[in-house]
Amino acid sequence: MAGQVVRIGAGAGFAGDRIDPARDLAERGNLDYLIFECLAERTLAYGHLQRAQDPARGYNPLLEKRLNAVLPACVANGTTIVTNMGVANPRAAAHVAIEAARRMGLRIRVAVVEGDDVTARISDATFLPEIGRTVGESGLRLVGANAYLGAEAILPALDAEPHLVITGRVADPSLFLAPLAHRYGWKLDDWATLGAGTAVGHLLECTTQVTGGYFADPPYKTVPNLAYVGFPLAEVDADGSAVITKLERTGGCVTDLTVKEQLLYEVHDPSAYLTPDVTADFSNVRIDDTGGDRVAVSGATGRARPERLKTIVGFDGGFLAEAEFSYAGPGAVQRARLAAEIVEERMRNVHGCDERIRLDLIGVNALHATAIRRPAETQDVRLRAAMRTGSRDMAQTLLSEVESLWVAGPAGGGGYRGSINASVTTQAVYVGRDSIETKMEVLQS
Amino acid sequence: MKRTVPLREIASARTGDKGNVSCVSVWPYDPRHYEDIKASLTADRIAKAWPDLFRGPVERFEIPALHGLNFVIHDALEGGVNASLNLDFHGKSFSFLLLELPVEVSDF
Repeated sequence: MAGQVVRIGAGAGFAGDRIDPARDLAERGNLDYLIFECLAERTLAYGHLQRAQDPARGYNPLLEKRLNAVLPACVANGTTIVTNMGVANPRAAAHVAIEAARRMGLRIRVAVVEGDDVTARISDATFLPEIGRTVGESGLRLVGANAYLGAEAILPALDAEPHLVITGRVADPSLFLAPLAHRYGWKLDDWATLGAGTAVGHLLECTTQVTGGYFADPPYKTVPNLAYVGFPLAEVDADGSAVITKLERTGGCVTDLTVKEQLLYEVHDPSAYLTPDVTADFSNVRIDDTGGDRVAVSGATGRARPERLKTIVGFDGGFLAEAEFSYAGPGAVQRARLAAEIVEERMRNVHGCDERIRLDLIGVNALHATAIRRPAETQDVRLRAAMRTGSRDMAQTLLSEVESLWVAGPAGGGGYRGSINASVTTQAVYVGRDSIETKMEVLQS
Repeated sequence: MKRTVPLREIASARTGDKGNVSCVSVWPYDPRHYEDIKASLTADRIAKAWPDLFRGPVERFEIPALHGLNFVIHDALEGGVNASLNLDFHGKSFSFLLLELPVEVSDF
């Protein structure tokens, strides 16, 4: 009917995002769609590592918890969930979803979208433009590769009218664009409208970053009740213009500035934001803050989509070793500096380590250490040592050296913590669309 | 009359990252400061301010319709999330490097 809008909400903006605001949106948002975006650039490579260890895993570890929180309300309210929580194993994720629904006494249809996994197409001969070498020349061990799919891959799944669509790698805004294109019948070469819908998806995809998260800087920018910041939703019109808002009785704020900041978040050229669907142009977006946490967004447009699809290839990145130790009171900075020198000296000359070791004095020069030296009057300093290495043994050696500061370092040091984490590295390659075959299957509880 | 103030007094900023590229958008609280900030915060100035941290070229995109500037800083993340040993490997704190910069603004 005339004047009706599509209500679409964001239930997660990264793999570990909060669950209570998603439940709130599911229960009170009167939503048509609830989107969970959970895949940063590297998340998928970690999913491949998990799947290699256990073929039943490799999906988002919070999947079941999230579904337990939102599925009852979504099924009752007719809200369709779209998510990339399938990560490296969408089919396993679908089975988990169906089991979760059964336990809650819900009958649901789950559409699985596959085809993003192009690991089998990567060979030693694959050229990696970022480092100017082939995979074989790089000596890196392949973990997995996934192409960014677009809205086109999700539309057949939505045609099947499922309760839940589960995908692997899909471009973040495409998770939002697909339901809008589905509901409004947007053509996949209507670049202007796809650009407008992409702007809406882009604004929502990081959840709270448009509702007052990543924003407060008192006294210049204050945000009410930030601890209870709500997740965003958009009321989207048939032309792709939208009102960005949040639920009443949630914390945070939606203002022209929260929307402007998020509009360019991770965007390079505002007139050419590339997704698998469109080359979106945000340069003439109009933002109209009408008060009451309602901001109207219109005027985004677009041009033809890129010819090729960005693909992230993940490789084994060895281990990241990190260890910390603290000094406080008079002379704390000098004692921490002495400790840092000892760690460096012993790693080089006792253990023969030639990896790069970073030594930060947290409280003095950590985050901006390579940029500027800030005047430090602090008497509470934390030494941090960090190193990447292919050798778990050498990683452990760094931890042991920092831990040894307890008994062999400067006076009064304490608070040792250390961790070793397996890491991945990623490289972007670009593949022709014709080499990607997406498929969709509906499973039922 | 012109006066010099830290950017933070008159503008907001937000950092994002992609690979080894950082982007920082800058938004004056009052649109009347847009031209002053544009004149003061050149790409060249950002590139020269912290050369050990921002190692690559800096591009600046202007969004006059929204009174914003977007700085795209190449080779800014010590190799990127994959390679960096920085605690803040996304460079999320970079917006506050820019916000410390003094800028010359007109009174009105």
